Amino acid sequence: MAWLVIAYLGSLAVLLVSAFWSTDAFTGAVVHSFTFDNIVRVATDELFRTAAVRTVSVALAVTVICAVLAVPLAFYMAKVASPRVRLALVVAVTTPLWASYLVKAYAWRMLLSPEGPLVWATDYTPGYGLTATIVTLTYLWLPYMVLPVFAAFARVPDSLLDASADLGASDWSTLRMVLAPLVFPGIAAGSIFTFSLSLGDYIAVTIVGGKTQLLGNIIYGQLVTANNQPLAAALSIIPLLAIVAYLLAMRRTGALESI
Amino acid sequence: MLSNTARRLVRGWTLLVLLFLYAPLLLVVINAFNSSRTFAFPPTGWTLRWWSDAWNSHGMWQSLANSAMVGLGATAVALVLGTMAAVAVQRYDFFGKHVVSLLVVLPITLPGIVTGIALNATFTSALGVSLGLATVIIGHATFCIVIVFNNTQARLRRMGSDLEDASADLGASPWQTFRYVTFPMMRGSLVAGAVLAFALSFDEIVVTTFTAGPAVQTLPIWIFGNLFRPNQAPVINVVAAALTIVAIIPVWLAQRFGGDPAVSRF
Repeated sequence: MAWLVIAYLGSLAVLLVSAFWSTDAFTGAVVHSFTFDNIVRVATDELFRTAAVRTVSVALAVTVICAVLAVPLAFYMAKVASPRVRLALVVAVTTPLWASYLVKAYAWRMLLSPEGPLVWATDYTPGYGLTATIVTLTYLWLPYMVLPVFAAFARVPDSLLDASADLGASDWSTLRMVLAPLVFPGIAAGSIFTFSLSLGDYIAVTIVGGKTQLLGNIIYGQLVTANNQPLAAALSIIPLLAIVAYLLAMRRTGALESI
Repeated sequence: MLSNTARRLVRGWTLLVLLFLYAPLLLVVINAFNSSRTFAFPPTGWTLRWWSDAWNSHGMWQSLANSAMVGLGATAVALVLGTMAAVAVQRYDFFGKHVVSLLVVLPITLPGIVTGIALNATFTSALGVSLGLATVIIGHATFCIVIVFNNTQARLRRMGSDLEDASADLGASPWQTFRYVTFPMMRGSLVAGAVLAFALSFDEIVVTTFTAGPAVQTLPIWIFGNLFRPNQAPVINVVAAALTIVAIIPVWLAQRFGGDPAVSRF
């Protein structure tokens, strides 16, 4: 227990503290002196601000597309399919989770390449860029959305839907007034995964994003290429805050209990 | 409920999403046998040559061995600490208990890059440890613990504490109760947690990048390093296809032993 707290919270504390350190301009070594420079730079620099907005937008777009793809699928799995088909579908949705992350991103690189299958089949490819990044991230995190939404649908008793229909509600009214409120916490739980996983990603965008810069790439660049660990730490406070804000917003929906 | 049209619509949607999920994976497997070096589609010929090239790749085996070691190490650490944490939270009352159950979820909800940089800062700036296999194992253990903790805690909650109370009433020491009553009942969830933890560790790249240092390569790091080298593409394709085919093993294990470990994460 103590190990957990020390290793993890300790590291996060070091991260926060190191955001206030600076690097020696001459040697590049980290200097343990207190400064607000990094924070100020992160908050004011145009480049960082654009990247932060772009990153959060990508994460939100991925989350919305995942939800749109997942809800009818989860509904079919839980309420329409026979038990046999349902089991097969659960296996079918979870199996890609076991396939390697890199392989899946790489698969999209092949799929979208100028001589790839998509061009062969449709004569069109979005190329490597922001669209490709969103599609790939959606592909990567979709199962994380499907499973909690499926679980939420499965928990709704069929008798409730029958009762609603017996009382004269149309399919649409049942969906909107009975199913939607009951399933929403499942969507919220799934969205925590899709949002936070997209927010920190920099590998997929390196593979299919072309020149697109997301926060993850910039943080990585500051740490590895520019060797400016304090600035990287200050930058990583942005996704940290975004996640905490998102978690707090989602806590009110009861989503945290369904993770 | 639901009209036939609506049924047909959701069924069609389901098929489309399944196509979306599996077409890329199928492409990976197909391209591993594609004889052209540029992988233009459709393939003009088939070959097994890349498979023997991959088999003879020293870097691949080296990084595979590292990945296996890290996966086993992190899973072992996670099994011990995750189980202890779960038992403590479920069975005992102590100061800060509610905070603990919230805190352990953090490593899987925070982006890997945040965890990675935090650990990197701790290891290099604060502790002065040199990065290597051991630091990767510690880095991976942070999220593996969460997986084991979640699995074990859910099982403990469902089990209730009646049998443990009975055991204690009959005079068993706390250790005997754990060894002969609690442990056998949660063995299934431990296996599921271990399989999932190993799989996550085996696939992890972000935390690894920041905790491995330049000398140590795990399989994902090796793949990523070779991804943009055109002359390595055939070998990478083969490794990618092999990993995709191997991914069926845990699913098969889960079917065989009941309870899908991936589903039990939720």
